[in-house]
Amino acid sequence: MGCEPLTGGRRELVHVHDLEVSLGGRTVLTGVDFRIAEGEFVGLIGTNGSGKTTLLRSILGLQATAAGEVVVAGREGRRGGPVGYVPQRVAFDHDVPVRVADFVALGVDGTRLGLARRGRGVHERVEEVLASLELGGLAARRIGALSGGEQQRVLMAHALASRPRLLLLDEPLANLDLPRVHETIALLDRVRRAEGVAVVLSAHEIGPLVPVMDRVVYIAQGRVACGTTAEVVRPEVLSALYGHHVDVLNVHGRVVVVEGEPGDPGAHPEVVVR
Amino acid sequence: MHWLVEPGFWSNPVVRTALVLGAVVAVVSAVVGVVVVVRGQSFAGHALTDVAMAGGAGASLVGASPLVGFLLAGIVGGGSIEAAGAERVRDRDVATGVVLGAAAGLTALFLYFVSSSTSATGSTQSVLFGSVFTVSPSVVPLSVVVAVVTLVTLLGVRRPLLLSSLSPELAAARGVRPRVMGLTFVLVLAASVALSALVIGAILSTALLVGPASAALRVARGLVGATLGAIVAGVAAVELGIVLSYDSFYWNAAHRSVPVSACVVAVVLVEVAGSTAWSRWRRGRG
Amino acid sequence: MFEPFMANAWLAGTLVAVVSGAVGLFVVLRHSAFAAHAIPNGAFAGAAGATLVGTSPLLGLVVFAVGSALGVAALGRRRNDVVTALALVTMLALGAALLAASGAYEPAIDALLFGEVLGVSRGEVVALALLVVGAGVVLALVFRPLLYASLSEEVAAARGAAVRAIDATFLVLVAVTAALAVPVVGALLTFALTVGPPAAARMLARRPGRALALAAALSLACVWAAIASAYLSGWPIGFFVGAYAAGEYVVARAASSWREGRARP
Repeated sequence: MGCEPLTGGRRELVHVHDLEVSLGGRTVLTGVDFRIAEGEFVGLIGTNGSGKTTLLRSILGLQATAAGEVVVAGREGRRGGPVGYVPQRVAFDHDVPVRVADFVALGVDGTRLGLARRGRGVHERVEEVLASLELGGLAARRIGALSGGEQQRVLMAHALASRPRLLLLDEPLANLDLPRVHETIALLDRVRRAEGVAVVLSAHEIGPLVPVMDRVVYIAQGRVACGTTAEVVRPEVLSALYGHHVDVLNVHGRVVVVEGEPGDPGAHPEVVVR
Repeated sequence: MHWLVEPGFWSNPVVRTALVLGAVVAVVSAVVGVVVVVRGQSFAGHALTDVAMAGGAGASLVGASPLVGFLLAGIVGGGSIEAAGAERVRDRDVATGVVLGAAAGLTALFLYFVSSSTSATGSTQSVLFGSVFTVSPSVVPLSVVVAVVTLVTLLGVRRPLLLSSLSPELAAARGVRPRVMGLTFVLVLAASVALSALVIGAILSTALLVGPASAALRVARGLVGATLGAIVAGVAAVELGIVLSYDSFYWNAAHRSVPVSACVVAVVLVEVAGSTAWSRWRRGRG
Repeated sequence: MFEPFMANAWLAGTLVAVVSGAVGLFVVLRHSAFAAHAIPNGAFAGAAGATLVGTSPLLGLVVFAVGSALGVAALGRRRNDVVTALALVTMLALGAALLAASGAYEPAIDALLFGEVLGVSRGEVVALALLVVGAGVVLALVFRPLLYASLSEEVAAARGAAVRAIDATFLVLVAVTAALAVPVVGALLTFALTVGPPAAARMLARRPGRALALAAALSLACVWAAIASAYLSGWPIGFFVGAYAAGEYVVARAASSWREGRARP
């Protein structure tokens, strides 16, 4: 159901096949199956603790899997593929002697052994990617002295520096106010078109992503459903996913997912779609 | 009892002082140690031992009681670590390290003065690695007073202290002042380090602080159970270590006994290894 | 103080300072202060063991320090403060027991713990130099991945950096540094040298390469000044290493606060 890439003709980039992951004896993900094509924008939607980060780490090859396989750009389960990763947070020390430009350059050659001088190409790429994320003015600043929002942009620039074909972002919108959310999404959409990179972005709110997103991977109870927003965010689909009845309500033009029977005191909105 | 202790053990006054002092110190270390492990402050605890070492060396230079030296240095050093690391928590390990290094340097200087100004030998051994057999009985009353004050203080602040260990924000919301708590605890820690430095030497007192507590935390469920377990483990380690060290004198022809502190550390290690194995085995079954 | 018998002291001090400054920068960046404190104590036990057996102290130092480092590395992600603390104390207790068993006299113990300007023989300087060259080559080789993994292990691992191997390599570098430094500045002061000057350099420099150079320079200044002071006063070198390292840190901290205060009026 909907788990094949929407747009025919584009090459397959990621294939997650029948994935199962256990953490500390608890099964976190099971039977997860979907594909992502080159250049797609995919929202990975689920509540806190639903396994979004675990799924991203599995795609990165950082997570030991119990069953199934993850193939990225034709290679199976290996780290260091053509993938850029933006974790939710990196705690940089306040006075770490590393400038923004140094850190972004490490995205290109950070795993290379030896002290060979950086070529012109690396410096030009760093300038280019900083400019495309509107960070040119921060290049010479110490990375630890930036604000949280600035650091997140720098992490994006760092992830893009190596010209990846896939960009994974873990909850990049979690701590932003609404105008900044829209600004960030618009920026990511621009960058993915300019760089030709597929984007997988995890979030617990689906609404702001609707205008740019090609498809949704909706995660609940350790399983996923995928397709377009209209295909996935429906009572039948989500009820099957949660394993019990779920309502999708239209309230003043916003879509609200409510878990449990109407009138059930335990019912609470799971996902809000604006 | 002859299979366990060599002749003259019980009738020896030095041994009796050692056993009493060892038990007092073990109880305080165990109780404070549980809080140290729960708060994740093993490094701070260890740094204080190095600071206390400087105090011990200074005391032996001016001829004061080593306990007083350990105690004063611990309080000054603990206060400065707390002050240096309080603004930037991520820098705390570096600040701790710098204070610790300076203290080790001072120790070197004091010990040098001791050995060059007096004909006394063995001050490095006794300050760093300790020997409970050389402690004079006159120190016992003061040690007991310090021990009681330390335990009463810890008991008094245990609730806000644990709350601020588990969640500083929650504690602050409830009106607990984290800096006051941090400072109070460092002082308690300094007193406990000073006491155990007396028995097994400044540099090894970390073993008595962290070892029995971490062993007990692995086995027991609640904090009260862990504290009681740590007391039992700590007292057992010290008393058994004293027996082993005393006996070791008769083990070889040269009559070179194994230092008490090394024996205590060995028993502590066995306890920690045993508790780790036990908790693995239990988890494997459950 | 530049008499022929001091030549070994200056040479050994210089070698020790450069390596501990450079490696120390990563100790500070990686928040590995506790491990960097524990490993020299392992070296101490090794030197004590070598005294007992009667082999070269340098051999004991290197074997035990590298052994401790690999032990710390094997604990990997489960590494925690309590285990480090116990390992550290065990090594010290072992060293004390071995020294007691060997009947070593007090100045020998003091030299191992607090350093000895004349603690290195001519033959050993050659061995030290070889170790320093080896450590330098390894550090140059892994510099970039090590820096990357120190900033964020997760991001570096996602890019394909072998973070476990990098961690083990780093700890072995710390061990080699400890083996070099323990006979000169002592087991208890080696740590001061690997943390103080590099922490100062981290606050003052803005770029990784310059921080590395500055850390080595500050460490060199600390050791040279300590050797000279120890020679002139006759006091133990350990005291001066501890005092100057702390002094550099305090001055750098004041300078960086002042600079930040100016930047934000």
